[in-house]
Amino acid sequence: MNILKKLWLTLSTPSKAGVGLVLALGFVGGVVFWGGFNTTLSLTNTEEFCTGCHEMADNVYQEYRETIHYSNRSGVRATCPDCHVPKDWTHKIIRKIAASKEVWGMLTGIIDTREKFVDHRKSMAMREWKRMKDNDSRECRNCHNFEYMDFSEQGSRSVKMHSTALASGEKTCIDCHKGIAHELPDMKGVEGWH
Amino acid sequence: MKKIMIVLIAMSIATGAVAQTKAEIMVNNGGVESLRGSAELDVTRSADKHKRVLKDREPLQRNYVHQPPIIPHQVRGYKVNLNVNKCLSCHGWKYARETGATKISPTHFETREGMTLSDVSPRRYFCQQCHVPQVDGRPLVENDFKAVDSLSQYK
Repeated sequence: MNILKKLWLTLSTPSKAGVGLVLALGFVGGVVFWGGFNTTLSLTNTEEFCTGCHEMADNVYQEYRETIHYSNRSGVRATCPDCHVPKDWTHKIIRKIAASKEVWGMLTGIIDTREKFVDHRKSMAMREWKRMKDNDSRECRNCHNFEYMDFSEQGSRSVKMHSTALASGEKTCIDCHKGIAHELPDMKGVEGWH
Repeated sequence: MKKIMIVLIAMSIATGAVAQTKAEIMVNNGGVESLRGSAELDVTRSADKHKRVLKDREPLQRNYVHQPPIIPHQVRGYKVNLNVNKCLSCHGWKYARETGATKISPTHFETREGMTLSDVSPRRYFCQQCHVPQVDGRPLVENDFKAVDSLSQYK
């Protein structure tokens, strides 16, 4: 009993220097931890990181290099996370946690050959299309903002679709723009495809 | 000594000249000129500039009966393969009304023997075997071809 009382006394009446030290350590530690966390997080949000595994480097990345989001007249381009990782913090963390499943996939080698990848392409594509459909193509809209689309500069086919189905919110980007950055799987049974 | 030098110099000039004419003969294309200009066999002609594919137009008129209509829009990245057919996403009968695209002709459903199938015949599946987009290039040779009267009314 005496020991407990003594301990309580020590804890409840800390020296001023002690309080200062604890606060300072907490502050510095917080900065280091939070900074380190965000730095690591942004390191995993780069094309170099994504293409660090051969599954990405040999399949999707090679296909992507021929498309307009990689190579175009003005040199503005999107990297993997621009489309596949949300920009704002909450959704980013949710996506990052969900992406830990991909580490498991890497370890078990679910798509470690081209054949396995092609076999698996449809289910992966469907998952990503669903994600984009559910969030109203949020990642597309980070760059392609409907508010600033100039229909007079668009082709007549684009205007026809954008001014009606997209404007009314009936359709979202991914409904029509599938396979713009990667090759498509067998599209039998997918809406809008033959 | 002087004489020998002169002879040697003359010989070297002569052999050089012979070698030169030989090389000329080896690469001479005989003045043959193709539609893309003349180029010697040992010279790689620099490629022409890429022509731009015309952006969205109204359907272009046909020049003769049974001409596969020309594609009046850009088709960059439109894939037609075992997995997908991007053209049919608009031109297929299922979607043509909604998209306002020209429907593919019923002849595309027919087999070689004239039997009509329920879907596009495999022999007509690869659209760009017959239908091609147009670039804003000038004809390589002058051409005064005129469509027959029955088609030229669309002009």
